[in-house]
Amino acid sequence: MSDNAINKSSIKRNDTGLKVVIYIVSVIFAIMTLFPFVIMITNSFRSTFEIQQSTLGMVSAHPFENLAKNWNEITNKEFHPLVGFKNSFIISTLSTILNVYFSSLTAYAISAYEWKLRDAFNNMIVGIMMVPGTVTTIGFVQIVYKLGLTNKLFLFIVPAIASPMTVFFMRQYLQASLSMEIVQSARIDGAGEFRIFNQIVVPLMKPAIATQAIFGYVASWNNLFMPLILLTETEKKTIPVMVKLLNGDIYRREYGAIYLGLFVTVIPLIVVYAFLSRFIVEGVALGGVKS
Amino acid sequence: MTFTLYPILYTFFIGFTDLAGAGNMSPHLLTTDKGGNKPLFDNFVAVLTNANFQKAFKNTVTIWTLNFIPQMAFALLFTAWFTDRRSKVKGQGLFKILFYMPNIITAATLAILFNVLFGYPKGAVNDILLGLAKTFGVKKDLLASDPNAWKLAISYDFNNNGTALKLIVAFVQFYQWYGYTMVNLIAGVIGISPEIFEAAEIDGANRVQTFFKVTLPCIRQILLFVLVTSLIGGLNMFDVPQLYAGEKKANGAVMTLNMFVRSQGLDNRYLYNKAAAASVVMFIVIVILSSILFYILRDKDEAKLKKLRKQELKALKKGM
Repeated sequence: MSDNAINKSSIKRNDTGLKVVIYIVSVIFAIMTLFPFVIMITNSFRSTFEIQQSTLGMVSAHPFENLAKNWNEITNKEFHPLVGFKNSFIISTLSTILNVYFSSLTAYAISAYEWKLRDAFNNMIVGIMMVPGTVTTIGFVQIVYKLGLTNKLFLFIVPAIASPMTVFFMRQYLQASLSMEIVQSARIDGAGEFRIFNQIVVPLMKPAIATQAIFGYVASWNNLFMPLILLTETEKKTIPVMVKLLNGDIYRREYGAIYLGLFVTVIPLIVVYAFLSRFIVEGVALGGVKS
Repeated sequence: MTFTLYPILYTFFIGFTDLAGAGNMSPHLLTTDKGGNKPLFDNFVAVLTNANFQKAFKNTVTIWTLNFIPQMAFALLFTAWFTDRRSKVKGQGLFKILFYMPNIITAATLAILFNVLFGYPKGAVNDILLGLAKTFGVKKDLLASDPNAWKLAISYDFNNNGTALKLIVAFVQFYQWYGYTMVNLIAGVIGISPEIFEAAEIDGANRVQTFFKVTLPCIRQILLFVLVTSLIGGLNMFDVPQLYAGEKKANGAVMTLNMFVRSQGLDNRYLYNKAAAASVVMFIVIVILSSILFYILRDKDEAKLKKLRKQELKALKKGM
């Protein structure tokens, strides 16, 4: 009895020590995460001259005047956040819809039907997953040049139909959650194959679709490599391509404008994240590879 | 599938041709007369012996290692802490949300933001350095006599030093991805049936034992997924080093493989064949490394089961 009690109390003491360490490290990481954003936001409200005095000063005497000045500074040149938002929004939304729908369809085909070469097809998907994006780049760019399709937004929308990574995830999810009996009974009731997919399988896959949609949307929104090569007209540039301008010579030393430009590109992401974060952080479990 | 497969095969093909020069659209195989009658693997030899390619390769591996080891270590540590059944950490939801946040921010934005933060002579990090130096009285005499010279002596030009650049780029990568890795690992741990942990507890396993002997083997699949995606992402590193420093800064200290490919193929050089060859080399490296990972983390029991089943099938067929 007494032995047991001692054991328990020592575990308890151990716990408090460990907890203190956990909190200290977590808080340090939280500060590390927030620090750059805090600097960015405060400096958006300060003039370049004030920033040159010190980056760390908190509040300026005329925050909104400075904000307006910085805003004029960035929009007078080539940086047009609204155009970028529009293009990014079109690309990300349409490509995410295509990506998720067709990936679920493919995943369903792989896991629900027996067909020749099914395993080979599945292995091919895993294989293509490993191909680095660069390998596709040169071939893709060449084809685009050949067909004369530069500066077309659909270049980044249509290829989303085939995204092996999402198919892999969806298949993993389907294998765990789809029972063939439901499909069979629907067939007996006379439902067509597409109707089965749209009305039974898609609702079943909602959690996986949601997580993949979020990941796909973020990846598409943040994509820089290909748009940088293929979108050269200002009217067609997406947000990441616009952001690159902030690094160029035209904004040299206009620190207030640079910080504000960065801040503007982050705002929609932060707003969306504020609503969806809980869902993302916990929802990943649902779409994840179950072991 | 055509959208993915065709460009890949086309890239492979270009690697063996003479396709170069702006506006050139007609590739010829190297061995033919039109292709210059060179050996078929000419582009590959040229790329592999290119000093810049070798440098890019080394840089990519260095930066990836510098980012990957702490990333995995902290992700595993936070996973162990946040999923521990015995000490339920309060506020972990908030921490998770915060840690994951940098992952959704555009990498281009982060790269430029950190570039400004590490600016010289004016930047947040240097301002912190100056503040610290002032409090601790570093080089007091100089501060008294010539404040401007003192400022220059204390602040550091991070963005023109090769080692500093590598470390910063690795840090930005770490900053962006450790939360993602952690969230994925936690998802894996949540999927483990609690009975397994109860059994371990009853058997008297302590925290460390439970984590290494129970948790890790159980999340092997997700570990594999995280490792492979991180490997591919790491070798494909582009946004952050490109926008933070570019190919030429500090003697190409952070030029990665992807940046090399882009500069060969699309930066006024138009050596499409060399760029294609370089990307095929990257592909081969990734396939080799991923296969090693798959092999190490393969499900040994499942492989055995498959073998057994095959033998049974064979026996059945023979019996018939």
